Amino acid sequence: MSGAAAANGGAARGHDDPYRLGHGQATRQRQPAAEHADGSLLSKRIIVGYGFWIFLLSDIIMFSAFFATYAVLSDATAGGPSGHELFDLSNTAIETACLLLSSFTCGVASIGARLHRGVWFYGAMAVTFVLGATFIGLEAHEFAGLVARGAGPTRSAFLSAFFTLVGCHGLHVSAGLLWLLTMMAQVFAKGYRPDILRRMLCFSLFWHTLDIIWVALFTVVYLMGAGQ
Amino acid sequence: MSHVERANDPAHAETVPGGDGDDEAGGVGIYLIGLGLATLLTFVSFFIARTTLVWQPSIPVALAVLAIAQMGVHLVFFLHITTGPDNINNVLALAFGVLIVMLLIGGSLWIMTHLNHNMMPMDQVMQMQR
Repeated sequence: MSGAAAANGGAARGHDDPYRLGHGQATRQRQPAAEHADGSLLSKRIIVGYGFWIFLLSDIIMFSAFFATYAVLSDATAGGPSGHELFDLSNTAIETACLLLSSFTCGVASIGARLHRGVWFYGAMAVTFVLGATFIGLEAHEFAGLVARGAGPTRSAFLSAFFTLVGCHGLHVSAGLLWLLTMMAQVFAKGYRPDILRRMLCFSLFWHTLDIIWVALFTVVYLMGAGQ
Repeated sequence: MSHVERANDPAHAETVPGGDGDDEAGGVGIYLIGLGLATLLTFVSFFIARTTLVWQPSIPVALAVLAIAQMGVHLVFFLHITTGPDNINNVLALAFGVLIVMLLIGGSLWIMTHLNHNMMPMDQVMQMQR
C-alpha cells in the first residue's frame, strides 16, 4: 500500500522539518514523483490550518477584551436589574446543549467530508445548522424579552457590557451559520476538492472555537451572574 | 484519490488543528469521548451554580476550574491540539494567545479594582461638584 509507505516516509521526515516550511526542497529529491505532488498538497493543508488557528486566537483575544469589560462593569447596574434577577438558567442550559451537540455534529460532518461520505456530510451539516439556528433563536428570544422588560442595553453599564459580549458571540454564530450553508453549497457544486476540504477544515475550527468561547461565556456571565 | 489516503494517515492527520483520527470509527470515537466529557463538566457546572450544598464563596472558583477543564477537553478532543511533536507550532501559538488573554483580563481587573478602591463614592463626588 502506498499509504503504509507514506506513513514510513512521513515518520522519517517528521524530525527534520515536520511542517516542511522550507517547502521540502531537500527532501523532495529523495521522494518519488507521485509522493511529491501529494506532499505539497498536505503541507498546504497544515499551513492553512495553522494560519486559521492564529486568526482564531486573535478572535479569542478580542473576546477576552469584551470579557474584561464585562467583568469590570458587572456590578455597575445603576440601580437597574442585576444578573441575578434577569438570567434564566434553564434557557442557558438548552442553549449550551444546542451548541455542544452542534460542535459534535460538526466534527462528524468534517469526518464525512474527509471520507467523501455524502450522507454523513450533508446529514451532520444539516443537524449542525438546525442546532445553531435553535441557539440563535433562543438568544434572540432572550434579548427581546430583556428589552421588553426595560432591561435593554441602554439601561446600565452592566447591560451594555452584557449585550456587547453575548451579542458578539451571537453574531459569530450567525456568521458561522452562513458559512455552513456556503460550505454545503460548495461541496454540492464542486465536490470534495482539496481546496474545498481545506475550507471545511477552517469552518470546523471556527465552529469548535465558538463553543469554547460559549463555555467561558455561560460560566462567567450566566452561572456566576445568577449565583450572586 | 491518493490525497485521501494521506489525509487518513495518522502520522499526518494529527498535525492539523481540526485534523481527525485515522478512520471513521476512530474519528467519531474521539468526538464521542469529547462530547461525553464536555457534557459531564457542563452538568456539574450547572449543578454547582444552583446548589446550596457547598460553601457559597467556593462556587465561583469551582465554576472557573470546571470551565477551564472543559475548554481543555474541547481543545484536545474537538480541535485536536495535542502535545505531539508535530503539533508544537499550534501549541506555541495557543500558549501565546493564553498569555495575552491572561494579561488582558487579569490586568484590566487588577487596575480597575484598584481604581474603584481609591475613588470616592460617586454620590460624594456629585456633592462636591455642587
